[in-house]
Amino acid sequence: MTDKAENLAAQNPAAQNSVKEKLIQRYSAAERINHWIVAVCFVLLAISGLAFFYPAFFWLTGVFGTPELARIVHPFVGVVMFVAFARQFFRYWHHNLLNREDIRWMVAVKEVMKGNEVGDIGRYNGGQKGMFWVMVLCMAALLGSGVIAWRPYFAASFPIPVIRIALLVHATSAVVLISSIIVHVYAALWVQGTIRAMVEGVVTHGWARKHHPRWYRESTGKKV
Amino acid sequence: MTSSSLDIQRRSASPTAAAEARNPAEIAQLIDVSVCIGCKACQVACSEWNELRADVGTCVGVYDNPTDLSSQAWTVMRFAEVEENGKLEWLIRKDGCMHCAEPGCLKACPSPGAIVQHKNGIVDYNQDNCIGCGYCVSGCPFNVPRLSPKDGKAYKCNMCSDRVAVGLEPACVKTCPTGAIQFGSKEDMKEVAATRIADLQSRGFQNAGLYDPPGVGGTHTMYVLHHADKPEQYSGLPNDPSISTAVGLWKGALKPLATIGIAAAGLFGFFHYITVGPNRADDDAHQDANDDAKADTREEDRS
Repeated sequence: MTDKAENLAAQNPAAQNSVKEKLIQRYSAAERINHWIVAVCFVLLAISGLAFFYPAFFWLTGVFGTPELARIVHPFVGVVMFVAFARQFFRYWHHNLLNREDIRWMVAVKEVMKGNEVGDIGRYNGGQKGMFWVMVLCMAALLGSGVIAWRPYFAASFPIPVIRIALLVHATSAVVLISSIIVHVYAALWVQGTIRAMVEGVVTHGWARKHHPRWYRESTGKKV
Repeated sequence: MTSSSLDIQRRSASPTAAAEARNPAEIAQLIDVSVCIGCKACQVACSEWNELRADVGTCVGVYDNPTDLSSQAWTVMRFAEVEENGKLEWLIRKDGCMHCAEPGCLKACPSPGAIVQHKNGIVDYNQDNCIGCGYCVSGCPFNVPRLSPKDGKAYKCNMCSDRVAVGLEPACVKTCPTGAIQFGSKEDMKEVAATRIADLQSRGFQNAGLYDPPGVGGTHTMYVLHHADKPEQYSGLPNDPSISTAVGLWKGALKPLATIGIAAAGLFGFFHYITVGPNRADDDAHQDANDDAKADTREEDRS
């Protein structure tokens, strides 16, 4: 190592580690782009949707310029989110089938919250799988109810009592989804090194070994 | 809508109270169905005063024309042929906004001030604030508001709030040739109705009565019906209208529940982080991973 590199490494311990740091690819570039399309759509939809739901937050319609523009644009963004999410569904559904380890994880969720790992976790743990299916259900409910309530294109084709139920279902599933996404984002922040998986696409061996030991063995071929 | 000279009682999507001090009398429009001859002068007067021009329709075999309310037809006559006691009755009803005391449209509206209820009882739409979501259409128990296919905004009868604001009666009242539509204070209109109902009952309409449905807190368009026990006969006037349960839950219980749910998720995360702290794959895990790597190398060396 040259003097210069040594100095840099001394100043920046992360850089020093990165020399030895071993990484595993967790998400490809296509998967990351897919995820962030859904995420950006979700944020825009949640902001404008909360504006329609809470009178005190009506000013949040400004995210789309004017209240009327927000009403017009919101459903189109919703369709983009649904289509992008559908792509994710077909990428990931088979990774999210529940098994006995996931039930163990869910039963011991208190222990997990203390920061202790539970079970021989594969690519996703019980919480992530549960989150996946909640998102699937919410997205389906949001699309169906959203289309029924969508003016001026579709709502006129449905009886008013059906539209009323659709509006209730739309708001309810949106609230469930928003609350779930808060948990989803928090989990990613809490389990450090996770954001990197969806930004750079990689995780460290240490991260994988601790949080997803079975996936770690499968993807590195190591016997632990 | 005319808000400058009419005090506002309630404003859509506005969590704080409207101006309180002045208390003008409640007004009402009384439509005596038994006196109506179905001439449609009220439709024409409405169209003229409000400068609305519905497209020329086609004859569909009955007198209804236009056949439905629209952004260009805020009131329409509905003609129903009903057999009652072995006799054919031609029941004609002037349909339009009922100006509910508890308006479902106003409850459903998400846009602040797009729907207001004046203190005199008139429910008025301000198209400047309307965003075209159509929630009012779903909120209304009487199926009255209509979205314009041109501008996407909601329209309905405003009981000529501009005329009422300067002491005039609505255009339809002014023009009605038989006096079937009357206008005055709600109290006076109830008295007029009581006289008419007594008269109808004395002439064999035992079930004559006033349609002022309590499920929506009463209305400021009221009907005298010869068959008040069967309002559905009058082209589907609802028997016991009220704001639907779905709309009630959506605009009622769901809001505090949603606030609790979203806040709980956020607060949980925050307090979890500052108490338990981040979940790091710490040096041990990295060390273990390195050891795995070394073990592998040793295995490779051996082989």
